[in-house]
Amino acid sequence: MTEIFGVPVQALLGQLMLGLVNGSFYAMLSLGLAVIFGLLGVVNFAHGAMYMLGAYVAWLGLDGVDLTHVQVGSQVLNLGIQFHFNFWTALLVGPLVVGLVGVVVEKLLLKRLYKLDPLYGLLLTFGLALIVQGVFLQFYGSSGQSYDTPEALSGAINLGFMILPKYRGFVIVASLVVCFGTWFLIERTRLGALLRAGTENPSLVQAFGVNVPLMVTLTYAGGAALAGLAGVLAAPVIQVTPLMGSNLIIVVFAVVVIGGMGSIIGSIVTGLVLGVLEGLTRVFYPEASNVVVFFIMAIVLMIRPAGLFGKEK
Amino acid sequence: MSWLGNGTQRAGKIVWILALAFLLAAPFVGVYPIFVAQALCFAIFAIAFNLLLGYTGLLSFGHAAFFGGAAYVTAWLLQAQHLTPELALVGGVLAAAGAGVVIGAIAIRRQGIYFAMVTLALAYMLSFFFLEAPFTGGENGLQGIERGKLFGLISLENDLALYYFVLAVFVAVFLFVLRVVHSPYGQVLKAIRENEPRAISLGYNVDRYKLLAFVLSASLAGLGGALKVLVLHLATLQDVRWEQSGEVILMTLLGGLGTFAGPVVGAFTVVGLQNYLSDRAGSWTGVIIGCIFVLCVVAFRKGIVGELLAWQQRRAAAARRHD
Amino acid sequence: MSKPFSAALKTVAIACLGALGLAGAAQAQISGDVIRIGFITDLSGVYSDIDGQGGIEAIKMAIADAGGSIAGKKIELVTADHQNKPDVAASKAREWFDTAGVDILIAGTNSGTNLAMSKVAAEKHKIMISVGGGTSALTNEQCTPTTIHWAYDTTALAKGTGGAVTKAGGKTWYFLQADYAFGAALESDTARVVEANGGKVLGVVKHPLSASDFSSFLLQAQASKAQILGLANAGGDTINAIKAANEFGITKSMKLAGLLMFIQDVHSLGLKTTQGMYLTDSWYWNKTPETRAWGRRYFDIMKKMPGSLQAGDYSAVANYLAAVKATGTDDTDKVLAKMKASKVNDVFAKDGWIRGDGSMIHDMYLMQVKTPEASKEPWDYYNVVETIKGEAAWTTKAESKCAAWK
Repeated sequence: MTEIFGVPVQALLGQLMLGLVNGSFYAMLSLGLAVIFGLLGVVNFAHGAMYMLGAYVAWLGLDGVDLTHVQVGSQVLNLGIQFHFNFWTALLVGPLVVGLVGVVVEKLLLKRLYKLDPLYGLLLTFGLALIVQGVFLQFYGSSGQSYDTPEALSGAINLGFMILPKYRGFVIVASLVVCFGTWFLIERTRLGALLRAGTENPSLVQAFGVNVPLMVTLTYAGGAALAGLAGVLAAPVIQVTPLMGSNLIIVVFAVVVIGGMGSIIGSIVTGLVLGVLEGLTRVFYPEASNVVVFFIMAIVLMIRPAGLFGKEK
Repeated sequence: MSWLGNGTQRAGKIVWILALAFLLAAPFVGVYPIFVAQALCFAIFAIAFNLLLGYTGLLSFGHAAFFGGAAYVTAWLLQAQHLTPELALVGGVLAAAGAGVVIGAIAIRRQGIYFAMVTLALAYMLSFFFLEAPFTGGENGLQGIERGKLFGLISLENDLALYYFVLAVFVAVFLFVLRVVHSPYGQVLKAIRENEPRAISLGYNVDRYKLLAFVLSASLAGLGGALKVLVLHLATLQDVRWEQSGEVILMTLLGGLGTFAGPVVGAFTVVGLQNYLSDRAGSWTGVIIGCIFVLCVVAFRKGIVGELLAWQQRRAAAARRHD
Repeated sequence: MSKPFSAALKTVAIACLGALGLAGAAQAQISGDVIRIGFITDLSGVYSDIDGQGGIEAIKMAIADAGGSIAGKKIELVTADHQNKPDVAASKAREWFDTAGVDILIAGTNSGTNLAMSKVAAEKHKIMISVGGGTSALTNEQCTPTTIHWAYDTTALAKGTGGAVTKAGGKTWYFLQADYAFGAALESDTARVVEANGGKVLGVVKHPLSASDFSSFLLQAQASKAQILGLANAGGDTINAIKAANEFGITKSMKLAGLLMFIQDVHSLGLKTTQGMYLTDSWYWNKTPETRAWGRRYFDIMKKMPGSLQAGDYSAVANYLAAVKATGTDDTDKVLAKMKASKVNDVFAKDGWIRGDGSMIHDMYLMQVKTPEASKEPWDYYNVVETIKGEAAWTTKAESKCAAWK
C-alpha cells in the first residue's frame, strides 16, 4: 500500500472526501456572508445564529410542534396549532423562516445603520447573535437535540477507498447546486444585475423606478435564508445545539476574507478548498485543524490584501 | 467662581476629582474592594482599546490576545520564576508590546474591516499557542498565583494594599493616555482617524503613527491583564478568547467612544452588570448583555458619557441663545 | 445653564451609574444567624444540562429535607452562574466569603472554575465541596485541607471504564482526545489503567475543542483496527463524536467507551445511537427503590430525570447540614472534622467516607447503555455491568501527590 508522509493513500483520499463535505458547508455559509457583505457592506455576525435557527426549525418540524393547548399562567389557550414536517419540507421551511427573521431584522434594526461606519452593523449583528443564542440556551439547554438522517439518504456507499455515508454525498451535491444557483442568479441574471447596481448607486437605480429598499431587505433575507438552509442540511450531521453557530462563525469569516469579501465565486471556491485543506491538517497535525484557516488568512492578507478573488473597494 | 468658568475642561476636572475621591474612600464606605480592583483592570483594558478605536479609528478584534497573553506571562513569572509583582507586571507588559509589534506590523497594512479581520485571525492563532503551550496549564489555566511583595517590601496579599496599588496604576495609566491624546502625536492620530488620505498628503508617515498607537494600546491592554492576575490570583484561557475582545468593544461602546470617561464608565457598568446578574439573573446574563449591545448600537451610539456630553452641550447652546 | 451646575449634574449621573455598577458589590455584612450555602456552576453554557438549574433544585431539596433550619438558624442558598469563566467563579466566591457570610461553597461543573474556587476557599478557610468538576488535581497536586471532592474524578472514571472494559475483553484501545488538559488527563489516566490490566493502546488522535466534525478523526481511529474507541472528551464533543461514529458505521467494528458521559448526554442522543456504549458514573436513578423515589421527586420539579451530579449536589449539602446539626456550629474546622469522621449513607452513596486528601470514597458503576427494545420507560437507559467498590476506584495513597495527605 503506497503511503504519503506515512499515511496510506486510501486513508488520505478518504480524508479529502470528508474535507470536501465540510468545504460544502463552508461554501454555503460563506456564500450568504459574502452576498450580504458584498451587496450591503454589512458584516453579518448573526450568520451563525441564523444557521442555528435553520437547524432548529428542521428539528422542531421533525419533533413536531403541538400548540393545541398552551398553558399561560392559569389559563389554557386553545390555539389549535399543530405541525410536523420531515426533512424534505424542512429544506423549504427552514430557509423561509430564517429569511423572514432576516426581513424583520433588516427592516427594524439594520436599516438605521447603513449611513454609518460598518462597525455598527457588525456590532449590532454581534449583539443579536448573543441574544438569539442565549434565548435558545434557556429553552433547549446545551446538550442539544438529535436529528435523524432522512430514510432515503441513510446508509453508506462503498467508494472503494472509503465508505461514504449517502447523506454526506448528498450534502456535497446539494451545496454545489445551491452555490452555483446563487452565483448564477447574482452574476448572470437581470435581477442580480439590478441588485448589484442598486447597492453601488442606490439613488440612481431608484430614479429608474426600482424599489431599492425592498431589494436590500430581500438581499439580507436571502443571505440569511442561505445560512438557514445550511443549518437544515447540517442537522443530521451534527448535534443541533444553540452553540453550533458560534463554533463555526469565525471560521466562516476567515473563509470569506480569504476569498475576497465581495466575491461570490471567491467564497465558494475558498470554502471548498479550505474544507479540503482542513481535512489534510486533521491527518497530519490534528490539534491545529481549527487554526489552519486563520494561518492561511494571515498569509493571504499579506500577499493579496483584497483576498484571492476580491477587488479592493 | 471664575476658575470654574473657563470652559468644560474645568468642569470635567471637578468630576474627575470627585470620582477619584470616591474611589479612594471606597473600601471604607462598604464597597467591596476586590470588585472595584477587577473593574479597574478592565477599565485600563477599555482605555487602551479606546485609544486605538476612539482616537485612531482602528477597530481591533483581537485585543484579548494582549490582555490575556500578558496575564499568562505575568502569572508564569510570579509563580514559576518567583519574581516580585512589579517585575512580573513589567514582563507581562513587554510581552504584550512584543506581540503588539508583530501583529500590528502585519495588520496595519490593511484598512477598516480587513484590519479587524486580520487582528482577529492573528489573535486566534496566538490563543491557540496559549492553549498548546505547556506552561499555561491548558483549560485549567494558572491558578493559585501568589501576589507577592511589591518591591520586595509591601505584601499585596492584603486586599487593601492591593486595591490602592491597582488604583495608583489606573490613575497613572489614565494620566498617561490623557497626555498622549493631548500631545501633538495625539493630534496626528485624530487627523488620521478623520481623514487618512489628507494626513498622508500632509506628509505624515501614517503607518508609523498607527503602529505606535497599536503597540501602545497593546501594552496598556497587557497591563490591565497583568494586574488582573494580581487581583484574582489566576490567568485562564477565557482571557484570550475572542469573546473577551467582543466584551471590551461593548465596554467602550457603552461608555462612549472617543471620550475619556467613556471606557471607564463602560468597564464598571459591564463588570458590575455581569457580577450583579450572575446571581440574580443566572442564565439570562448573556441575553441581557446582548440586548444592551443592540440597544447601544441602535439608539445609544454615543454611549453613556457621549450622550451626557451631547446633552450638556445642547443645554449650553440653548442657554447661550437666551442670553 | 452655568458650568458648576452642569458639572454637578455630570457628577450625579456618573455617581448613579457607578452606584448601579457597584450595587452588586455592596452587600450586607456577615450575619451569623444564617447558614448560607453558596452554589456556583454553569447555568447557561456547554455544561448547563448535566448540572445547572437541576443542581440548584437538588440542593433546595436537601435544604427542605433538613427542615429549612437548624437549631433556629435559617438555611439559605445563594447561586451564581460562572459562565465557564474561572474569573467570575473566583471573584464571586471571594465576594461571597468576604461580604455575604457564605459558610460553604458547592462547586458545579468545569474543572478550571473548581480549581479557582478551591484556592479561594482554602485562603478564606471555608469548606468547598466540588461536585461537578472532574479534574483529579483537586485532591491530588492541587489539594487543600478544606476541599472535598464528592461525586467523581478523572481517575475514578479511568479506573472504572478502563479497568473494567479491558478486563472484560476489550484489549486494544484507540483514543479520541479533546486537546486540552482535561482530555489529556482522561486519556493518560485511562491508558495507564488499560495497560496495567493487560491491554494495549494502539494510538491517540487529538482534536481541537468544540470541533464540529469528527468524521476524519474517526476514520483514523477505524484504521487502527482497535476493539475499543475511548472518547476522552466531554459534552458536545462527545455527543458529536458518537453521532458521527454511528453514521460511518464505526460502531459496527468498534465498541465506544465514553470516558465522561452523563445520562443527559445519552438522553439527547437517543438509545438508537448510544446503545451498547460503556461508561462509568457515580449514580443512576433506576438502581434501587430509594434512588427511584428520589428520582421521581426530582422529576416532578424539573420534568427530567436527575443525573449523578444533581444527586451529588443533594448528597453533599445533606451531609454538610447533618454535620452542622451534629456539631451545633458552622465553624469550618469542627464541621470538616465531623464530616470526615462520619459515613455517607444516603440516596447517593452507601458506606461512603471522606479520605485524607478530600476524596469522598464511594462505589462507581460501570454501565452499558441499553438497546431501545430493552428500555421499559423514559430515562431507563442503563444496565449496571459492574460495581467498582470504594477505594479501588480512586487514586491510591502511593500515587497521590497531595501535600495535605501524608
